[in-house]
This record gives sequence, C-alpha cells and structure tokens, in this order.
Amino acid sequence: MRFGGLVAVNNVSLSVPRGQIRAIIGPNGAGKSTFFNCITGVLRPSAGRVLLEGGDVAGLPPHLISRRGIARSYQITNILPGATVLENVRIAAQSRKHGWSLLRHHRAFTDLIERSRAVLHDVGLDGKDDELAANLSHGEQRTLEIAIALATEPVLLCLDEPTAGMSVAETEATVELVRRIAHDLTIVIVEHDMEVVMGLAGAITVLHYGEVLAEGTPAEIQANPRVQEVYLKS
Amino acid sequence: MLLRLEDVQTYYGKSHILHGVSLEVQPGEVVGLLGRNGVGKSTTLKTIAGIVRPAGGQVTFEGRPVGGLPPYRLAHLGIAWVPEDRRVFRLLTVLENLRTGLERPGVSEAQKSALLDKVYAYFPVLAERRSQAGGTLSGGEQQMLAIARAMMLEPKIILLDEPTEGLMPRMVSLIRDIVQRLRQDGVAILLVEQNVPLTLEATSRCYIMEKGAVQYHAPSAELKNNHAVIRQYLGV
Amino acid sequence: MAIPLDQILIQTVTGLVNGMILALVASGLTLIFGIMDVVNFAHGDLVMLGAFVGATAVASTGSFWLGLLIAALTLAVFGAVLQMTTLRPLLGRDPLTTILATFGISLVLQKYAIWQWGPSARQIVEPISGQFQLFYLQYPWYRILTAVLSAAIIGGLYLFLKFGKYGIWIRATMQDRVMASAMGIPVPLVHTTVFAIGAAMAAASGVLFGPLGGVTQNMGFDFTLRAFIVVVVGGMGNLGGSILAAIFISLLEAYASLVVSPAQAVIVSFVALILTLLFRPTGLFVPTPK
Repeated sequence: MRFGGLVAVNNVSLSVPRGQIRAIIGPNGAGKSTFFNCITGVLRPSAGRVLLEGGDVAGLPPHLISRRGIARSYQITNILPGATVLENVRIAAQSRKHGWSLLRHHRAFTDLIERSRAVLHDVGLDGKDDELAANLSHGEQRTLEIAIALATEPVLLCLDEPTAGMSVAETEATVELVRRIAHDLTIVIVEHDMEVVMGLAGAITVLHYGEVLAEGTPAEIQANPRVQEVYLKS
Repeated sequence: MLLRLEDVQTYYGKSHILHGVSLEVQPGEVVGLLGRNGVGKSTTLKTIAGIVRPAGGQVTFEGRPVGGLPPYRLAHLGIAWVPEDRRVFRLLTVLENLRTGLERPGVSEAQKSALLDKVYAYFPVLAERRSQAGGTLSGGEQQMLAIARAMMLEPKIILLDEPTEGLMPRMVSLIRDIVQRLRQDGVAILLVEQNVPLTLEATSRCYIMEKGAVQYHAPSAELKNNHAVIRQYLGV
Repeated sequence: MAIPLDQILIQTVTGLVNGMILALVASGLTLIFGIMDVVNFAHGDLVMLGAFVGATAVASTGSFWLGLLIAALTLAVFGAVLQMTTLRPLLGRDPLTTILATFGISLVLQKYAIWQWGPSARQIVEPISGQFQLFYLQYPWYRILTAVLSAAIIGGLYLFLKFGKYGIWIRATMQDRVMASAMGIPVPLVHTTVFAIGAAMAAASGVLFGPLGGVTQNMGFDFTLRAFIVVVVGGMGNLGGSILAAIFISLLEAYASLVVSPAQAVIVSFVALILTLLFRPTGLFVPTPK
C-alpha cells in the first residue's frame, strides 16, 4: 500500500485458513492499521489482491465488502448512541436481508428481531435490548460493536484493538467473548496486549516496517529472537 | 519529591485509559516509563502536563496539587512537555519557536540571550537553521527543536514522549547524549520510550506500565538483567 | 460599448479605497476565526457600535481623531468583556453553537443601538475637507485618507504580529493552541486580546466609514456580509489573504458598477464567493491549498 512516496505495506502476503484466529502484531508504525484497512475496504491497496474464499475483494467499497462477508469492529466505538441496543444490532442485521419488498416487511422484521436477540444473547448483552446505546458502559459498548459486526453474518470478523483502554477485568471478558464466538468464524485481530494475543491466537503474523517479519504459532513467535529484538529495540 | 502521581485515572471520552497510575520522580532524576503500545504512557505524560484532566487520583508537583490546572500554568511551575509528534510550530521560524518559551514574565534580555546560546551549543544545527520555518526541518531536527523549545522554559522536569521514534540510529545516540547533558544540568526527566536498551542505559529507575497502570518498578541496572520481566511486559 | 479609460481608473481608485476599509473589518474577523474558531456574526455590529460611539465622541470633543481613538478603545474593552462572558465558555463546542451565539449577540447589539441612540442616523464630519482633481471628478481627499489610515492600522497589526514581543504568542496560539499553552502562553488571555483587537479594528472602520456613508443602526449587516465573503475568498485565518481578497472583491464591484447599478454590482461578490467555494474552498489567496 503506497501513500505517495511512502510504502506503508510492502508485499505483505498471508493466508488465513477458515476457522482460525489470526493475530497481527508489530511495533509502532509497522503498518498494521494500514494493512487492516486494506482488508476491510477502508483503503484501496495500490497493488495486490485480497482474496476472500477465492474472490478478490480489494478496493471494494465497504458496503460491498460487508455483503461478501467481512465485518469489522473499530477502535473508536462506532455505535449509534441515540438508538437502543436492539435497534443497533437489528439495523446491522437488516443489511443481510435485501428487504425491498413492502409486502413481506412485517414477517421479515420478526425474523430480524429474533436474529438480533440471538446475537445479543451470544455476546452476553441480553436484558439490555431497550437500553439506549449511549447509556452503556464503555466495555458494554465495545461488546455491542462486536454484536453489530456479528449481526451481519460475516465469514471473516476483523477486530481492531478490541481491548484498547480496557481494564484487566474487561479485557478478560472480551477474550472470553471472542473465544465463544470463534466457532464458525474466521477472525483477524490487531492487538497490542500480548496476553490477549497469546491467549486467543491460533497463529500470529508479525509486521515490521510494512513487511512480514515472522509467522507462526504463539509459541514459535515467542521463541523467535528476531521478533523479541524488534519489539525491545524499536 | 518533585513529582508524584497517586492512583491517577484518566478517560478519553468514555474510554478508561489510566486505571490508577502511581509513580514519583525526585529532583534531577531521570526516570523511565516503559510499556507496549496502548498501555497509557503518553496519556500519563499528557495528564501530568495538563493536556488532559485526570478524572481521579492526585498529581502533586513540589508538594502542591496540580491536577486539572491548564498547561500554561504547569509550564510556569516548571513542567515542560515534549510530545510524541513533536508539534513544532510549523509556520514559525526556529528562533520564533524557541521564543515561545522565552517570552515569559520575569526573564531579562540577558537571560534570554544566555538561554539561546546554551541551546545553540547543545544543538548547533538549530543555530544554523534559526531563520528557517519549523515545518521545513527534518524529523530529527524537529525533535531537537522540540526539546530545545522545552529547555527555554527552564523547567524542573521535562516530560519526553518517545523522542527516538522514527529517528535514524545516529539521531538516537544524539538523543541519548542530550538526556545525559540535561541530567548533568539537574533537570529531571520522565522518559517514555519503546527503545528499551536506550532507556535502561539513560535512566536510574524504570516504571513499566500495562493496561493503564504501573505494574513493575525497579532500578534500571537491576532491570537490565531481568530478562523475564522485560519479556513479559515489553516483549512478545 | 467602450468604457472610457478615466472611468476605469476612477473605479480602480474607488475599489482600492473601499477595499482598504473592508480589509480593516475583514482582518479582525479572520484573526478571530483563525485563533479561536469563532465565526463572529456580530462583527459588522461592532463596526456599527464603533461608528455610533465615534459619532458621539466626535460631537462632544469636536475632534475626529479623538473620536476615533475613543471608539477604538471603548470597543476594545467591550469586545474583551463580551468574549470573556459569552464566548470563552463556548470554546471547544461545536461551531454551530458559536454561530448561534454571535448571531444572538448581533441582534442584541442592534436593538441596543436603537435604545441608546434612537432610531435616527448620525453624522460624522470628515476631518479634512477639500478635493482634488481626479480626471473629470472632484475626488475628496478624505477618501484617500481612509485608505491610508486603514493600511497603516493593518500594517501596524502585521508588524506587531511578526516582530512584536507578544505577537509570537498570538501566532503560536493560532497554529496550535494546545502546544502554545504547553509552552506557557496564557491562551485564554490571548483569545480575549485578539477579540479586543478585532473589535477595535471594527470600530475604527466604522468611524472611518462614517463620513462616507453615515452612521445607521442597520449598517452592520452589510459589513458582516461583505467581510464574510472576503474572509472566505481570502482563506479563513489567513491575514494576508483577507487583505488581498478585500481589495479584489472591492475592485470587482467597482468595475461591475461601470456596467450595472452599484446595488446590482454586489452580485459579482457573491459569484466570487461561490466560485471560491466550488474550486478553491480553502481560499483563493492561500499559498498552497490544504
């Protein structure tokens, strides 16, 4: 990914098998966010392909990327504060149904609401259906974000620093949550918190100065002297 | 006791970044603040400098509580902040950048002159570029300007936020020298850094942060040999 | 339809002269916006208030110059008080809030003027009478004087900002108010001072304009409108740009009044505004578009 003269991401290739939780880590300026934005349609890569289940999604606008099955959560909470928790999730769920037909409208709504309630149950926010999203605690808002992403029935869930700013307790709860929803899903997560990364990831990709430095299981990465060096001396 | 933080809590909007930070700096000490990305090191410095207000806990400077005071009052008390992105005044010349710290009440023209000379001696390249606009300097030069500018305040403590970030190795050793000289001058420094070896060398003590709070604290000499702790909190 | 050269030259002089007074108003406005992000809808009313205070002062002291000085000082103090009470608490809030606040202030000031000075217009007698021959016209010396004075005031402001001891405070605060504060610059005081300077400049414009167009309670609106056009065309916060834009807009209008009536000539200003917003929204006279 090239920004003018700056190559932020240089020839990064990685493949994530279905069902894996892949963590992307790297010191400051490694290009993690840029890379993440290329996968999720926020940025159009200057070169290269992003293949989802075999089809190239590089450069597609975010709403089409969502239709193909990539959902993401954001670092700055991106919920609708004036809507209730249930509405937030339902609006996301609606994107999966192409509800143009006015005749079917009533029944489709019930399906959506049930689906939304199910998602809220999965993430542990049941009972908060009618709360205004703005009134949730910070941790609950981050959880709601994940629920919104899940409601779009993605095949790939991208989480951008999901535990940033969280206390130890909230972090543990989030890790639990991600483990729970991980069945059925493939997850790519950018994180700084090493405990989270080591605890959740099936495989880790380390980026450094825009390139892939190392890839492997958590144990392999921890034992890799180059990775340690890069983290401690950067 | 120059600076003390007790159980400081800071939020960005609803995001709870500092979950109770406690640390202290003695006059003239160079203390390191280490930790991975996102643990709250910059926010800690910003809270001390008044850039953000603490939501809880105490910040005490030279015995008086200063939490919640605006940055310009803290600057007058002797706290200088050198931010991570340097924030040089791009449209002001190098000299004008320095003057923003010089034009204070109670400083005579002679003192101003002396301060400028001192800083030009530390950073000859700034003397060369004194009439150049701040925005035209290279990254390393901007870092020097940011530190020089802070020195104009004749501070008792300088809060240095990742001074070596993005700099070439040659500049990194220059930064190390500057920190040394500042220490010789009796200025205390709270140094936030990702460069662990540099920090361990330049400081007498280090705090290590994780998840918005200080989790470990040791003299730097001791920490140097404690690979397990370094791995745990700073490595992978 | 050929327009005679001397008419064009006369309009050039008119445009330049009008442009300088407009520049005086607009520089205050752009400075205020540049430093505290306040869109001051009451700026034209500060011009009006300055003119009224000036008119009263000139009438009681008999001296135009004294009146000018009193008006500027009075409005400086008033501006400072206004900023501290109504605008400072709004710092950092969304722009709509300050727009509404200054709009409200504008209405209050207009009503105040009617209450204080009654509904009738005032006169300010020009300090120098006499005319000189400009081609076929008898051109008043006073008009030239206003241009010279405006230029002098703006020049003084520029020198203060560039070389004055506290000019640095203002320039630093305009560029990065947080870092300026971290350098010990008392930002709230700088904000109040800049607003006071802007108000004083507005007052001076009002008094200078008095002998040319009279002093009326609703003269403010025209000034606000034109000043805004100038500030947008010149680049918000860009002092040099607003001066050039003021001259540019005034020249445009002056030339346009050769072919249409002056009341219609103001349309070219709006055209300039729209074109700027469409193609160079950061301002025509900004060195590099950001």
